[in-house]
Amino acid sequence: MSDTYDTPDTRDMLDRTRQGVIGKGLDRPEGPLKVAGTATYAAEYARPGCAEGVLVGAAISKGRVTAIHRDAVMAMPGVLGVYSSERMLRRAAQGTAGEAPEQDVSTVDFPMQPVALVVAETFEQATAAAKALRIDYDDQSDDARFMPSDDNAEPADDPVEAGDLDRALREAAHVVDAQFTTPGHASAAMEPHAAIAEWEGRDLTLWGSLQMLSFNVAELADSLGIDPKHVRILSPYVGGGFGSKLGISHEAVAAALAAQDLGRPVRVVMSRQQVFQSIMRRSETEQRIRLGCGPDGRLTAFAHEALVSNLPGEDFSEPVTQASEFLYAGENRLLAVRKSDITRLTAGSVRAPGEAVGMQALEVAMDELAEAAGIDPVELRKRNLPDAVPGEGTPYSSRRLVQALDAGAAAFGWDQRSATPCARREGEWWIGHGVASAARVNILAKAEARVTLTADGHVVVETDHTDIGTGSYAVLGQIAAEMLGQPIDRTTVQLGDSRLPSGAGSGGSWGASSTGSAAFRACEAIRATLAQAVGCSADDLLLQDGKAWAEGVDPRPVTDLLTEDLTRTGRIEPGDLMEKVNQSTYGAFFCEVAVNAFTGETRIRRMTGAFGFGRVLNAKTARSQCLGGMVWGIGSALTEALQFDSRDGHLVNHDLAEYHVPVHADIPPMEVILLEERDPHASPIQAKGVGELGICGAAGAVANAIYNACGVRLRDFPMTPDRLLAHLPDPFAPAA
Amino acid sequence: MKAFDYTRADDLSQAVGSPAMLIAGGTNLLDLMKLEVATPDALLDINRIGLRDIAREGAGLRIGALVSNSDCAAHPRIRADWPLLSRAILAGASPQLRNKATMGGNLCQRTRCGYFMDGHSPCNKREPGTGCAAQGGVNRNHAILGASDACIATYPGDMAVALSALRATVETEGPDGVREIAMRDFHRLPKDDPSRDNVLKPGEVITAIRLPAPFGGRQLYRKVRDRASYAFALVSVAAAIRMDAGRIDAAQLAFGSIAHKPWTDERVEKMLVGERPSAALFDKAADLLLEDAQGQGDNDFKILLTRRTLAAALAEATGE
Repeated sequence: MSDTYDTPDTRDMLDRTRQGVIGKGLDRPEGPLKVAGTATYAAEYARPGCAEGVLVGAAISKGRVTAIHRDAVMAMPGVLGVYSSERMLRRAAQGTAGEAPEQDVSTVDFPMQPVALVVAETFEQATAAAKALRIDYDDQSDDARFMPSDDNAEPADDPVEAGDLDRALREAAHVVDAQFTTPGHASAAMEPHAAIAEWEGRDLTLWGSLQMLSFNVAELADSLGIDPKHVRILSPYVGGGFGSKLGISHEAVAAALAAQDLGRPVRVVMSRQQVFQSIMRRSETEQRIRLGCGPDGRLTAFAHEALVSNLPGEDFSEPVTQASEFLYAGENRLLAVRKSDITRLTAGSVRAPGEAVGMQALEVAMDELAEAAGIDPVELRKRNLPDAVPGEGTPYSSRRLVQALDAGAAAFGWDQRSATPCARREGEWWIGHGVASAARVNILAKAEARVTLTADGHVVVETDHTDIGTGSYAVLGQIAAEMLGQPIDRTTVQLGDSRLPSGAGSGGSWGASSTGSAAFRACEAIRATLAQAVGCSADDLLLQDGKAWAEGVDPRPVTDLLTEDLTRTGRIEPGDLMEKVNQSTYGAFFCEVAVNAFTGETRIRRMTGAFGFGRVLNAKTARSQCLGGMVWGIGSALTEALQFDSRDGHLVNHDLAEYHVPVHADIPPMEVILLEERDPHASPIQAKGVGELGICGAAGAVANAIYNACGVRLRDFPMTPDRLLAHLPDPFAPAA
Repeated sequence: MKAFDYTRADDLSQAVGSPAMLIAGGTNLLDLMKLEVATPDALLDINRIGLRDIAREGAGLRIGALVSNSDCAAHPRIRADWPLLSRAILAGASPQLRNKATMGGNLCQRTRCGYFMDGHSPCNKREPGTGCAAQGGVNRNHAILGASDACIATYPGDMAVALSALRATVETEGPDGVREIAMRDFHRLPKDDPSRDNVLKPGEVITAIRLPAPFGGRQLYRKVRDRASYAFALVSVAAAIRMDAGRIDAAQLAFGSIAHKPWTDERVEKMLVGERPSAALFDKAADLLLEDAQGQGDNDFKILLTRRTLAAALAEATGE
């Protein structure tokens, strides 16, 4: 079988197998370890003789380091070394870079950029010395630009242009032309970035907190100037990533260099503030959306333009218009993203890059168009689903958007909603309802996994794939148990060791479907061998509860067919199916908010999300991904914003006390509806990604509900009380 | 964290006059030490010196300085007779923090101004004479009343706002003896010395908080914040209102997160007395309260938000 996936697999294999564990909402096998504190995270390995390193951030926004006064610090108690070199990282690597990012910390690209590492016997000694380290700079901050602006921007990609947009807008029955802003977002996970580096001769072992090990090995080796075969990364448990751990960052390279110099292991753990200040941000965006439709609400004009930012020299630009390419109709089109070079920390992939901020603006614009056209916003969306991707003609594989809108509307009770704002007041609170579509691209990535059916009937799945809290252990075990007909408790999954076959890594929502497909193919090879032993074709082989049989052949324990462990490696590589057929994932959000008539505080009262993303591999972990996405959407709508000082570009709210993610009290009971579907174009297991879909548009539903509640149409996120306050109707006026 | 000496006091006398920084719950101090915003040479742990009683004192109540915030908020008499205090405490922090935080320590918490907390920006509160980076910077949560050229930070807490409205007093013992400070006078405005948050003298220890006889009436703590829990107030209003035949008989008010101290204004309290509640009256009260209010840019909205929150609080406290 070719590794390349270029023919849709329509066999529905996982529907024909008999074990019955695929799709079940099974608990994560590593869950008890995590809640009991016995899952070992990167910083927690006890390595004999381990020294402690602390990174030092630049005191200037931009410029050069001219002197590092090491001597005074070297004389401090316990200090072993002060490092600042051309190999240390200035910036974290972008996702899937596979090579070193910007190195050499004698240059300062952004405020608080790490410029040195101080290593000492204890963490406290290293911290004290890092604080005491005196560094001289050539401060070039006067040349820096800290605020994005269009006059400082270049096109990030070729714009998508079709038809005659201006004419279509002129001739449209209803037009929306609206400007939106979204702020920068943090990707700080519960587990801060951490690394322990240990050398044995020329071989480096790095315990790290990373999402994509095969890329990370290449990035680390390139940064150190060594052959990747000398680098091993261990990352079996990752306490959240959200994009911030896609590429290696400062702590890993610094730890490796110091460990090499000192001849002993070195641990570098970033503080919460350092993670915020020096790893990665989601770019802020300014967006202009123009929509035009006929009297029937059908889109004829569709324009989505965005301004984003990054550090000079970074190729990544937030792909704001990604879903706008395929989601709605409108033959006269313009999609364009421009990138402004500014002096702030690196912008990169933060959970659902593109759609997270693009969809929330688009879905507000669609709400505005629905109102202008006098059409129910659910109906308007349903009327604007094209038969093929506009401008491309690419067909869609599976698209459950209509079903998501209908199922969500029914479960939510959308028919009870008032179409006019300010219709419902309960005490001090305006109550309103909003809807938004969800859409997110789907990606199949190259992956490899090894599966062993042991002679005593256990299943072992091995890959360097990671579990960043998403359920990789659970899902990969379920696929293998299902395919090989073994109970789930006889299935073991080994992850997060770069010496294992290269999985897809956790990012872009592609982990489960890609690495899962590799495991699936390994299992198919094992099934072929078992079929021979049973004396049937692989298609006719039946496996369940450790027994193998076929029509007319009595069941026998699989162990009777095995004389030794049976190990196969499965591989998958994306072919041209992604270009030929649009495989995106879809859903819908329905939200009820209460807006305080006096203060402008918005509280979510209930929220429903319905999603279709191919085969559901585990109903519990999939639901959790959707829930988590919706919570991110609520944060994006109401609270989350990186606050940069416009005078020097430094991040002011650099911890989780002042960067406000939603807390439990912000999240009411949430309803998630999973719409089962099969997408054979997406992967042989007919699954797609779900890790990011739940964010994509969610904040738009909240914003639309705010408008429906109190009649204030905001287009700047997050919608904090200060932004609503001045526009609210008189709180003492009697309700309409 | 900078190395420091640690000793434990066995009784109050060892704490009074000590040059060491006192630590009780440590919920704010330890954070500041980790950030090296606070770098004490010595800590004196006062957790074992008693001061954990809540006792009647005439018609009032004496709350030991080391009573935990949780125990205070849950105390049946406080819930019954000074509910404002209970509500304000429960509006702050998280259960874990309230279990550790003490009454005296809570009063001494520092501002959350981002430039004070970052340990490196110019900040007259952290490093006198260096300037105030918050002016012209990110100052969404800064003061609109009582700020100075030297500092625009706010006192961030909730409990002290309620205690100010309730006209509580703070009992202290210092090298010069015991004194009682009105809660409304305990915190100070920044003026030209923002490094001092309150009027405590060197070596002086908070021993208790005294609540006067119950005020009665309707009491509420209205905290406006960006998220539903675990966020400092944008604006808060502590209100205790007694009504008599449809008119306001007595009003005690305090405002949080708008100044360097819990803000009180006796003129506003007095003008409400004898009046029938109405939107127009609440507006007049806000006019008086805010006549000197000054925004800093990002926080301009707080002027309107204070007006609105006061109106909401008064409407609720005076309503049927």
